[in-house]
Amino acid sequence: MGETQGSILNPANPQITIRRVREADLDHVVALDERVTGLAKPEYWHDIFDRYTKRRVGERFFLVAEPAGEGADLPLLGFIVGEVRAWEFGSRPCGWIFAFSVEPDTRQQGIGERLFEAISDEFRAIGINTMRTMVERKNQLHMAFFRSEGMVAGPYIQLEKDLDD
Amino acid sequence: MKLQISSRLAIYALLELAADPQRQMSVAEIGEKYGVSSHHLAKVMHTLGRAGLVRSIRGVGGGYSFSGNARRTTLLDVITLFEEISGPDGATANSTDAEWALDQVLNEIDDIARATLGSITIATMLKQMTRRKRAAGARNAAEA
Ligand SMILES: CC(C)(COP(=O)(O)OP(=O)(O)OC[C@H]1O[C@@H](n2cnc3c(N)ncnc32)[C@H](O)[C@@H]1OP(=O)(O)O)[C@@H](O)C(=O)NCCC(=O)NCCS
Repeated sequence: MGETQGSILNPANPQITIRRVREADLDHVVALDERVTGLAKPEYWHDIFDRYTKRRVGERFFLVAEPAGEGADLPLLGFIVGEVRAWEFGSRPCGWIFAFSVEPDTRQQGIGERLFEAISDEFRAIGINTMRTMVERKNQLHMAFFRSEGMVAGPYIQLEKDLDD
Repeated sequence: MKLQISSRLAIYALLELAADPQRQMSVAEIGEKYGVSSHHLAKVMHTLGRAGLVRSIRGVGGGYSFSGNARRTTLLDVITLFEEISGPDGATANSTDAEWALDQVLNEIDDIARATLGSITIATMLKQMTRRKRAAGARNAAEA
């Protein structure tokens, strides 16, 4: 599928639409996630879909990117998922991004940035003015992406303990 | 964390030049802006030139211009041209427990510093600077 996708987009100005996820997108989401992570997790994604489209929908955002003016069945170009979380660890309400992927063949054309901006707008619109995520320190791509979008180290630090020690 | 003066100068000079790749600046001009001697800065620019990050332009009005890839050059790439960012000391099998324990802490700190410097590109720095300018502009407009 990859070969045709690169040509759908004009690299200088990717024509894409960002919208809420629909049930029909789920297979594409599962497939894209599997291509990126190497693991197929249909149950996980169906569960997220249920939670994100049925409860607290005003503060949960599951957004997908697709080529603009598409026919019905073009695959997705990416997705981003986040929700408002309040009072965990004593924190005031903030927006958390916890899943994010762009189709490998159409990366570095600004789709990730468009998704990031779209979810920022959603949070802003409901009065949330801090957004957080967690990144693997060794993952230079993720670190570089979020830094380039203006994210900086937040006031919390993540700690862990190996329980077998 | 402290950076050697050469590393800081190199980053300042790259930010000046990368902000406008058409721009040429002489060592004296950059030196004046950051209050350093041309002598010191000339050495820094020479190192940046060898790394392909700047190009020297000869002749009247000559100087340096940016010739790197701002979106792929990280602060760590620049800093390591001038100094070693300490890596794990590597507690050995012979280290005492105290040496090992302190090493763990210092390595943890170094690791975060390296990951941070290695993820921030010249382009990201420039964007950050633009954001600051924009915020200041908005504040001034609000006060006016
Ligand atoms: C991170 C990711 C979402 C970025 O998507 P993208 O569409 O390629 O990003 P953009 O084109 O909008 O890039 C925006 C900025 O990020 C940075 N960036 C993106 N890719 C980069 C790379 N390969 N190297 C360095 N910086 C990069 C750049 O600063 C870029 O700005 P620029 O184009 O002006 O240089 C995408 O790479 C991805 O999906 N990665 C895998 C995610 C994953 O593992 N998900 C599963 C767990 S949730």
